[in-house]
Amino acid sequence: MKRDILWIVFYILGGVVLIFILSPILSIILSSSPKVLWETIREQEVYKAIWLTLYASLISTAVAFLFGIPLAYLLARKGFFGKGFIEGIIDIPIVIPHIGAGVALLTTFSQDTLFGKIFSLIGIRFVGEVPGIILAMMFVSIPFLIDSAKEGFLKVGERLEKVSRTLGASPFQTFWKISLPLAKRDILSGLVLMWSRGISEFGAVVILTYHPKTCPVLIWQRFESFGISSARPVSALLIIICLLVFTILRIRIKRWGLR
Amino acid sequence: MGIKIKELSISLGGFSLSNITFSVKDGEYFVILGPTGSGKTTLLETIAGLNKPDRGEIILNGRRITNMPPEERNLGFVYQDYALFPHLSVKENILFGLRLKRLKRQDLEERLKKVVNLLSLQRLQKENPGDLSGGERQKVALARALILEPRILLLDEPFQALDPHTRKGFQIALKRLHEDLKPTVIHVTHSFEEALTLGERIGVINRGEIIQIGKPQEIFRKPKTRFVAEFVGAENLFKGNIIKRDDRTFIDIGPISFDVVTSRIGEVHAVIREDEIILSNEPFRSSARDRFQGKIVSITELNLCYRVVVDVGVQFSVLITKRSFEELELFHGKDVFITWKASSVHIF
Repeated sequence: MKRDILWIVFYILGGVVLIFILSPILSIILSSSPKVLWETIREQEVYKAIWLTLYASLISTAVAFLFGIPLAYLLARKGFFGKGFIEGIIDIPIVIPHIGAGVALLTTFSQDTLFGKIFSLIGIRFVGEVPGIILAMMFVSIPFLIDSAKEGFLKVGERLEKVSRTLGASPFQTFWKISLPLAKRDILSGLVLMWSRGISEFGAVVILTYHPKTCPVLIWQRFESFGISSARPVSALLIIICLLVFTILRIRIKRWGLR
Repeated sequence: MGIKIKELSISLGGFSLSNITFSVKDGEYFVILGPTGSGKTTLLETIAGLNKPDRGEIILNGRRITNMPPEERNLGFVYQDYALFPHLSVKENILFGLRLKRLKRQDLEERLKKVVNLLSLQRLQKENPGDLSGGERQKVALARALILEPRILLLDEPFQALDPHTRKGFQIALKRLHEDLKPTVIHVTHSFEEALTLGERIGVINRGEIIQIGKPQEIFRKPKTRFVAEFVGAENLFKGNIIKRDDRTFIDIGPISFDVVTSRIGEVHAVIREDEIILSNEPFRSSARDRFQGKIVSITELNLCYRVVVDVGVQFSVLITKRSFEELELFHGKDVFITWKASSVHIF
């Protein structure tokens, strides 16, 4: 009986956490009637902001995939001097304040800086433009992808890769046919995590690009100008969309993982 | 022809090999025998090109391949944990190497059929590796290597993860396969019995060094070092003829003959491990049929036990605990009985 007390106490404490997470989300969703939500989504400003947020984060995730997956694989497979240091660097965006990260990005990528000039040669400007949104989203969310992909690669037995080589596969073919498919589940969940983190980013985005407005920026602007009642339906919409998308993706990934 | 390893040295994550030199002839079955941690897997991986040696050379069919990447060597590798690709079906596992070669569909199917028939994997092609038994996985791993017609088959403790019954069957299957196809095989194991059953020649390895190379009989008869003698531990090695009469199968080794369990016929070698012989003062009653009377000709005290040599026409060496030794009141020249089970006679 005494042993059961531990579990009872832990169930109660754990339940508090669940209530803490669920009650604000449920209250904001339930506070706006379906009719209000429908009207909100038909506002041009709102649906443009939602669409921009979703695709900017998707692009940032795609770019991060291209550069981040190789890095994750290196970290999972190679031992080298300063590896722990590099892993620390990758996690920096998680621990620094995002508004500070936005300022830092601005000082590095504005038009009069070296990087700014290089990118403007190929027609990419960051300040006040969509690429700025993508850049800010990527900066704050790329650690999630790299960490998750690295975990995935670590789970792939090195012997599988070795056998693949003895069967005639080059290092590239081995990566493509063995390592990548076997780490698929963790990579996908890293991608989803990164995408969702990008969607929700406010601090870094607002410093680089206030306009065109992403959804979080729009929510902030409405809250500042018109108060909570104006910000609520847009917030509810964004939360609903995110929940829907991620629930579907999570189920899909789980299925892939089981195969 | 065949493969030559010359003064190979490598140091890698706790394992090191030094000055490994041996050669394996075309079609030969070579076993590397050594205790766990002696560097056997590292050696095989180095031959396969998965590790870069610090020094030394590997020469395959007269060509230096020391720095050739593994994918160009065409050496088949079977790991003790099989290393099947979990995301591919059995069929796709087997075809993995061939698919990279962009063969014609017809050739692909033909070679698949051949190897699948050889290893009786017909029914399992659509299965996932995760659903197979240990023995079946082992066959798939072997099929995956064999389908590429490798120049050498490298086997890393291939029976280690199998239960004893499956192991025996697989050993026989592998032996038959070798007799039929004559692939060159380098097989590493820590099992003395496996080395006996399969090896045409054996190289004994310890702490990263090859200590002795020779035919199984040579290794047992003339172990070069104490380590080899103790590791192979084969005191009771006899040459004889298998005879089948009525429903009995026995081996005639000259002065005596005794029952064995084997499908072999003709001239063979038999080994009985020292610790599988029972020594007694009175005739020992058991299902074991073979029982011989003789005199103790020598007694040696070892660390934890005694080695007693009994002459029953030929000499048998028996290990016996110190306690039993005292209980039996053994002494030099005493008349005793020795008994063993037919199934503990190892024939090769």
